[in-house]
Amino acid sequence: MTTKPLTKNIDMSRGPLDISAYEAADGYQSLQTIAKGLSPDDVLQKVKDSGLKGRGGAGFPTGLKWSFVPQGENSPQQKYLVVNADEMEPGTFKDRLLMEGDPHLLIEGMLVAAFTIRASKAYIFLRGEYVVAERALNKAIAEAAEKGYLGKNILGTGFDLDIVVHTSAGRYICGEETALLNALEGKRANPRAKPPFPQVSGLWGKPTIVNNVETICNLPSIISYGIDWYHGLTKGSDHGTKLFGISGKVKTPGCWELPLGLPIRQVIEEYGGGMQDGLELRAFLPGGGSTDFMLPEHLDITLDYDEIGKVGSRLATGTMIILDNKTCPVGMIGNLMKFFAHESCGFCTPCRDGLPWVDAIFRELEEGRGSEKDLEILHEHVDYLGPGKTFCALAPGATAPLGSGLRIFKEDFERHITGKCCPYKH
Amino acid sequence: MNSEVIASTANKARQLNAEEIAEIEHEMTLYPDKKAVGLEALKIVQKHQGWVSDESLLAIAKYLDLPAADLEGVATFFNLVYRQPVGENVILFCDSVSCWIMGCDNMKEHIQNTLGIGFGETSEDGKFTLIPVPCLGGCDRAPVMMVGEELHHNLTPDAIDEIVSKVRS
Repeated sequence: MTTKPLTKNIDMSRGPLDISAYEAADGYQSLQTIAKGLSPDDVLQKVKDSGLKGRGGAGFPTGLKWSFVPQGENSPQQKYLVVNADEMEPGTFKDRLLMEGDPHLLIEGMLVAAFTIRASKAYIFLRGEYVVAERALNKAIAEAAEKGYLGKNILGTGFDLDIVVHTSAGRYICGEETALLNALEGKRANPRAKPPFPQVSGLWGKPTIVNNVETICNLPSIISYGIDWYHGLTKGSDHGTKLFGISGKVKTPGCWELPLGLPIRQVIEEYGGGMQDGLELRAFLPGGGSTDFMLPEHLDITLDYDEIGKVGSRLATGTMIILDNKTCPVGMIGNLMKFFAHESCGFCTPCRDGLPWVDAIFRELEEGRGSEKDLEILHEHVDYLGPGKTFCALAPGATAPLGSGLRIFKEDFERHITGKCCPYKH
Repeated sequence: MNSEVIASTANKARQLNAEEIAEIEHEMTLYPDKKAVGLEALKIVQKHQGWVSDESLLAIAKYLDLPAADLEGVATFFNLVYRQPVGENVILFCDSVSCWIMGCDNMKEHIQNTLGIGFGETSEDGKFTLIPVPCLGGCDRAPVMMVGEELHHNLTPDAIDEIVSKVRS
């Protein structure tokens, strides 16, 4: 059996597999397994036992999330599954690969998820810019419907499912699951208060599970090949494989499916090809723009949720952004702050007013007009915008590279002030 | 604001054409209420008209029976709904972190000089509108930009010249 359940069918030099080729490669076997007599509770237990954690960034156990959906006669009969395909985290390019490369895998995974939570309707909330993925998904949905894998009474199980691809129009905040639900309902994508959590009251007030694309793509093989096989994949303490990406000035940037638990050094050197000639690794963000910087001294840490958590950062999306010794760290953080300021939904004051202030200070620093007082204000914002101080996780996400960067690159910040310019440009 | 501008923010809806209506009707079958179709309808009209004028926005609000102010709130929230006319080709230029590390600032300067426009502007020949966009998910092939529906990666000044002249000819 494969060691690359997420990408075994992906070859970007050709189009994605059509449904017959996909089925020839064990495709839709999980649905056949379910139709032979698994109950939703059986599948839920398998997903819990698999140890699968959400791949969108938060790393929450998938089976546990699903178990919060109220079931039984007294629960709302309409439940929804929503796939978060609004990939917009800076430096993250993994869900694009899955959807463009093997759309049937996502559809099959959605069947497993929807069957388990008893949802008869599912939406894929897709980034508007991902037009290639949109076409691939709609083609796959049409093929699956033709085969009777979507629609009413699928394979005689009594289970119905329709999937709709909703294309968004570009706002990072839609990645926040409650903002996503508001967007899907046709509202401005401001996040909602929690509780109630979407699992209980989500889309149009009905129980709703929102899962990331990559999370869903893990499901078919868990059901088809079993827990023992799935547990055999990892090299570390978390289960399964994961897409890892590297961008920045390495020799061969890219995105690869690897077992969880490999040392970071191995991934950067073997897969990323090491740093470009003449450059050294200065620091890196391990999982997209809203993670804390890690340093060369952390290279022997393994790519596991807990291990990275121990040094104060997050595995998050698993797509690393590499900072080299000739790129300005202050400029890099400034670029991230501009992004977060622009993408703030504007609903709560600390985020709406704080992030543009931070962004403005970075522009002052860049242009040589920064002062010591500015650094104080930046430090204050790490606190003001931190976890628990804002309505959602967007601004706390911004404080991850900001807070860790202020600490690690203190000297670089100072040099921008004393030298009255960016030392990397002059 | 002069009187002409006030007159152009007319409170009169235009007529949606048959194609627009058919596509909006199709979307209405996919969602349980009309409000959810608002963004889709804005995108449908934009696809046909190039952008969303006040008259178009009012037409959609009227058709879906939504308060125009609510729909305007949605329209102005999203980066890819254009409330001003745009050129024949919209260039979405990624200026997020991985592209920045890989030198997108130089590419930005090059494309702005080549087209003679800054971000948010449309070239004199009406061929291009240049807009910055958050991370396009092409980070391993940075810097990247989209022209229309096509993603161009590993941008260099020469590559940009080629893309621009190909579209112009």
